[in-house]
Amino acid sequence: MFGLELSMIWAVLIAVAVFLYVALDGFDLGVGILFPFAKDSRERDHMQAAIAPVWDGNETWLVLGGGGLFAAFPKAYAALMPALYAPIILMLLALIFRGVAFEFRHHGRGRGKTFWTAAFAGGSLVAAIAQGFVLGAFIQGVNIVDGQFAGGAMDWLTPFSILVAASMVAGYALLGGCWLVFKTEGELYERARKWVARLAVLTALAMGAVSIATLGVDPRVTARWGFTMTSIDWGSFIKLAPLPIAAVAICFALWRRWKGAPHILPYLLAVGLFLIGYLGLAVSLWPYIVPFAMTPADAAAADNALELMLWGAIPMLPIILAYTAYVYWIFRAKVDDDAAYH
Amino acid sequence: MEWDALLLSRLQFAFTIGFHIIFPAFTIGLASFLAVCEGLWLFTKKPLFKNLYLFWVKIFAISFGMGVVSGVVMSYQFGTNWSVFSALVGSVIGPLLAYEVLTAFFLEASFLGIMLFGWKRVGPGLHFFSTCMVAIGTLMSAFWILAANSWMQTPQGWAWAEDGTMIATSFMEVIFNPSLPSRFAHMTLAAYLTTAMVIAAVSAFALLKNKALPESRTALRMAVLMMAIVAPLQVVVGHESGVVAHEYQPAKVAAMEGWWTTQAQQPTILFAWPDEAAERNHLEIGIPGLGSWVVAGSADAEVEGLDAFAPEDRPPVWITFWAFRIMVAMGLAMVALGIWGAGAWALKRIDTARWYHRALVVAGPSGFIAVLAGWIAAEVGRQPYVVYGVVRTADAVSPVSAASVATSLMFFIVVYAIVFSAGALYILRLMAKGPDSHEEPPQDTNEPPGTPMGAGVQEAT
Repeated sequence: MFGLELSMIWAVLIAVAVFLYVALDGFDLGVGILFPFAKDSRERDHMQAAIAPVWDGNETWLVLGGGGLFAAFPKAYAALMPALYAPIILMLLALIFRGVAFEFRHHGRGRGKTFWTAAFAGGSLVAAIAQGFVLGAFIQGVNIVDGQFAGGAMDWLTPFSILVAASMVAGYALLGGCWLVFKTEGELYERARKWVARLAVLTALAMGAVSIATLGVDPRVTARWGFTMTSIDWGSFIKLAPLPIAAVAICFALWRRWKGAPHILPYLLAVGLFLIGYLGLAVSLWPYIVPFAMTPADAAAADNALELMLWGAIPMLPIILAYTAYVYWIFRAKVDDDAAYH
Repeated sequence: MEWDALLLSRLQFAFTIGFHIIFPAFTIGLASFLAVCEGLWLFTKKPLFKNLYLFWVKIFAISFGMGVVSGVVMSYQFGTNWSVFSALVGSVIGPLLAYEVLTAFFLEASFLGIMLFGWKRVGPGLHFFSTCMVAIGTLMSAFWILAANSWMQTPQGWAWAEDGTMIATSFMEVIFNPSLPSRFAHMTLAAYLTTAMVIAAVSAFALLKNKALPESRTALRMAVLMMAIVAPLQVVVGHESGVVAHEYQPAKVAAMEGWWTTQAQQPTILFAWPDEAAERNHLEIGIPGLGSWVVAGSADAEVEGLDAFAPEDRPPVWITFWAFRIMVAMGLAMVALGIWGAGAWALKRIDTARWYHRALVVAGPSGFIAVLAGWIAAEVGRQPYVVYGVVRTADAVSPVSAASVATSLMFFIVVYAIVFSAGALYILRLMAKGPDSHEEPPQDTNEPPGTPMGAGVQEAT
């Protein structure tokens, strides 16, 4: 169709869905991670109010990511999910806790409220850690024999995946802090600005560490960036150098906290930072959908399935994006300090 | 029976999907009820419909949230625990699930935001539109998931591909497979009935407490109307579903009915204790010939019993038999309550019929029980196959260790127990309070209806 491989179109669509998930649910998970640092219960109410109308839609991109992988690349889904069994289950359980906590926190009394406040913060944190493990284990590659997972139950747990998990927490917290800068005012806004400055430094260090560690994952990745054991191929590196340079520039900008900038700017910059990291990964792992084992063409569903889904996705994705944007527009105002408390 | 990854994965899937189905079964009907209430409010301007909306939307918010988070689990569990199945059938039912996400999940999730938090941010027309979108989303979601599940019950329109996986030869045949129409209708009506039973119970409870508000009286009538029409209709649709199952999955029907021998004059068994080792029933009480008449149209028709299938091709009989009976019993109870309610209504005694109100309170959970029992009968009855007649469940499981699955199952049980207890507590607390005559919408804020802030406003007015 359109002279393109269907499997490649779907690989790009799913990559976009996963990125939208990270950029959107990332900020609401990040707000949960920052929950313990709020001053009091009122401030936490504001933090939750800043994400309550949109978190469900955000999380739906995760369902599209998982469901889309199943539908478009069943062999990749079948190979990856058993390999990532423990972190995926951990993520699901954490998402359950934090998801119900939105409503339960408001209905709980006394200790109930305290419990669901902790569940929201803890669930958000553990979901971020689990997603970091998933990403780390994905990057380092899984042991596939005849299309099925053939490794051990704890293969996903390595120093590398721990590093990625820690970075995920820092990155999501940064997105959450930036969202709070956008959505809150007064004391909480000032506090969020400070969080963003600190988290920008933390995220920069974490991304740097993960980038360097990723170079060591597989010689093919190292070579892609122009490095070998003994020398640097400047020609390859220069072409990709804008990515790390832009990342450093964004972290610097977030750390500097310009006065007078639009309040949405930090969030957009943070999304830009994630996009850079994402593109960096795409460059490193290309053309694998299961790193070093399967390409999109290897893992794709039958052409008629991909085609049928494309006919659904072509009209539906723009419609989904349009009404999602509309919902965000309706709730564009800052969380109102006066209105929220009577 | 060995506690291997297969058995544990089956238990985990049964547990997580059984937990999940409770919430959609309720929210499909409740979303439609809310849309009707809001529409009636806009149309008649009677405040009681607004009060009903604002009361039930709080319960909807809690239930829907629990449905969402337990549903995300399902979209990953195909891969974590049933990866061989996923790789085999991805090209056939994958697109159905993708369409569910594209046409239903985003619609529900996005407009839910406006429904719960946009009361004062958008006009009444747009708010009503959002409620309708959520209601339509729940029904579309049910359609796609029933299409996928029905294909697993009555597969058609597929072929083996060269690489040993299944591909669709016609997606029209895959989607509109033989059991889809009756099963989709059966599930949708079940969801509506489940909601009607809950609304009836809550309204009856309020009337019993002499909180005889116009809200509770009206809601009770709406629920009784639904019960009186839909419960008998459900019997007809359920029968049709059974006839289709008999045609395509005779072993399932034999297990549901407790028929061990192929014969004419199959009975309808009212009570029995199926014994799988002895291949017979103990303590059987039945009506001879009725069974043959129900599934084949004539008492003299010879109908297959379990002896027509090799033991390794039979579903577990005891569970299927009893789950089916519990479902039917609940259904008949709903029919009776519908008739009773219609009679009381006709005699203008519906607001004062104390015994009827008590019966409705007791029957509050009957819809949930029927839905769970019905799904157990349908899914256990499909065994030993995951795709009926084609792929065995034993050949579909992931290459994961029993220890991994045992651990995850334990965590699911603990987490779901906590979440379910808390959710049930908060919902029952709201239900016990019942609707008020001056349910206030939340202030212009991001707070959901039913938050402490919303409650504070209520007390202040």
